[in-house]
Amino acid sequence: METLSKHINNDKPDSSEGVKRRVLEILETVSDPEVPVLSVIDLGIVRNIEVLPTPPLELVPPKREGWGVTVFVTPTYTGCPAIDVMKINIRMALLAEGFTDIKIIEVLSPAWTTDWISEHGKEKLKAYGIAPPQYRQAVCTPDSFQEEEAIQCPLCNSYHTRLVSQFGSTACKALYQCNDCKEPFDYFKCH
Amino acid sequence: MTKNNLNNYTLHLADNALIIGHRNSEWCGHGPVLEQDIAISNIALDCIGQARNFYQYAAQLSGNDTTEDSLAYLRDTVEFKNCLLVELPNGDWGQTILRQFFFSTYQYFLYQQLQNSSDEQLAAIAEKALKEVTYHLRWSSEWVIRLGDGTEESKKRMEHAVDELWSYTGELMRPANYELLAASEGYGVDLSAIKNKWEEKVKAVFEEATLSLPENAWMQSGGKEGRHTEHLGFVLAEMQFLQRAYPGAEW
Repeated sequence: METLSKHINNDKPDSSEGVKRRVLEILETVSDPEVPVLSVIDLGIVRNIEVLPTPPLELVPPKREGWGVTVFVTPTYTGCPAIDVMKINIRMALLAEGFTDIKIIEVLSPAWTTDWISEHGKEKLKAYGIAPPQYRQAVCTPDSFQEEEAIQCPLCNSYHTRLVSQFGSTACKALYQCNDCKEPFDYFKCH
Repeated sequence: MTKNNLNNYTLHLADNALIIGHRNSEWCGHGPVLEQDIAISNIALDCIGQARNFYQYAAQLSGNDTTEDSLAYLRDTVEFKNCLLVELPNGDWGQTILRQFFFSTYQYFLYQQLQNSSDEQLAAIAEKALKEVTYHLRWSSEWVIRLGDGTEESKKRMEHAVDELWSYTGELMRPANYELLAASEGYGVDLSAIKNKWEEKVKAVFEEATLSLPENAWMQSGGKEGRHTEHLGFVLAEMQFLQRAYPGAEW
């Protein structure tokens, strides 16, 4: 999301850049229902924000009338039900801040990757007890019984861990166990 | 490009994903161990997610009042275009694993090609789903090897699974008319281009699993054209019950 913030770096609140910045701030308060420490911005599912001036609606007494907002989001995993909840929560958050003309558009391509999780997001994941995706992308290939890369235990920082299952409590996680502190933990797998 | 053919092709992709997703979901809470119960349920979720993407697109192509739900819940067996393989009963764990392996191998090579579809939406769905299918293929290959090259009992069961399923694999790579047309129009996959890859992968995994490939070359077909086994009716009876009994019911 670094690129998105870079584009939205203007302080004039009434300009389209200022409104975009405000929208971005609002979206930073919307969290992933499955991993509540991550906002939708940390997660990298917000791909773009467009704002357009629209004629004020007389019947609605809004704080920010006159700006239509379009948010482009992309799902993490194809079947992950969290995307529907996140879309609703994005809409609710924008409504609460006075936006009324809101469009949320789902885009599939380019496909989401864990590379889009912000560095800040990765730190938050670790603090929450979920091992963040490896910095060097280690994407799954179809070859069987590959040697697993060492994943650091988020609790005791040991690399002496083992994969229990490639599939975990949600689509985005794998199950690991630490051989030193013996704690089982989730790994946000590279995707 | 004929819109009707694109619609049929999309429905075929959707039906395959939905029916195998539903079959896998039957394992939820019944898996042999907790971790594998979670794994097969995750795979079910991925497949149903793919089906939703394809159905949403098909609904958009159909127009009128068609929705992803009406396509999944209000069509009857003759309208379903899935391969026979995916509707077969789960059998034991070995049979489910082997069915998933045959199907994931097919989906893996299919989606690799479909990413280059001239149809942007099909290409986008395939690009996204391919990442997940890679996990399914790896997981199911490993289980075929573990069980095939496992104990006397597990090997016997895998051999039985091969006997049960082999004659349903030919249909995966045998194109229906709408697939031939889709390939010639540039938005579908030419199945003859993935047939060898499928066979090579299956051969390699079977070798490692110490399983032998059947010599029987006679293959079942018909599912893609709506001629199904009796099993699909039972799948739909359960899956569609709520919408049939309470039309329009929502959560």
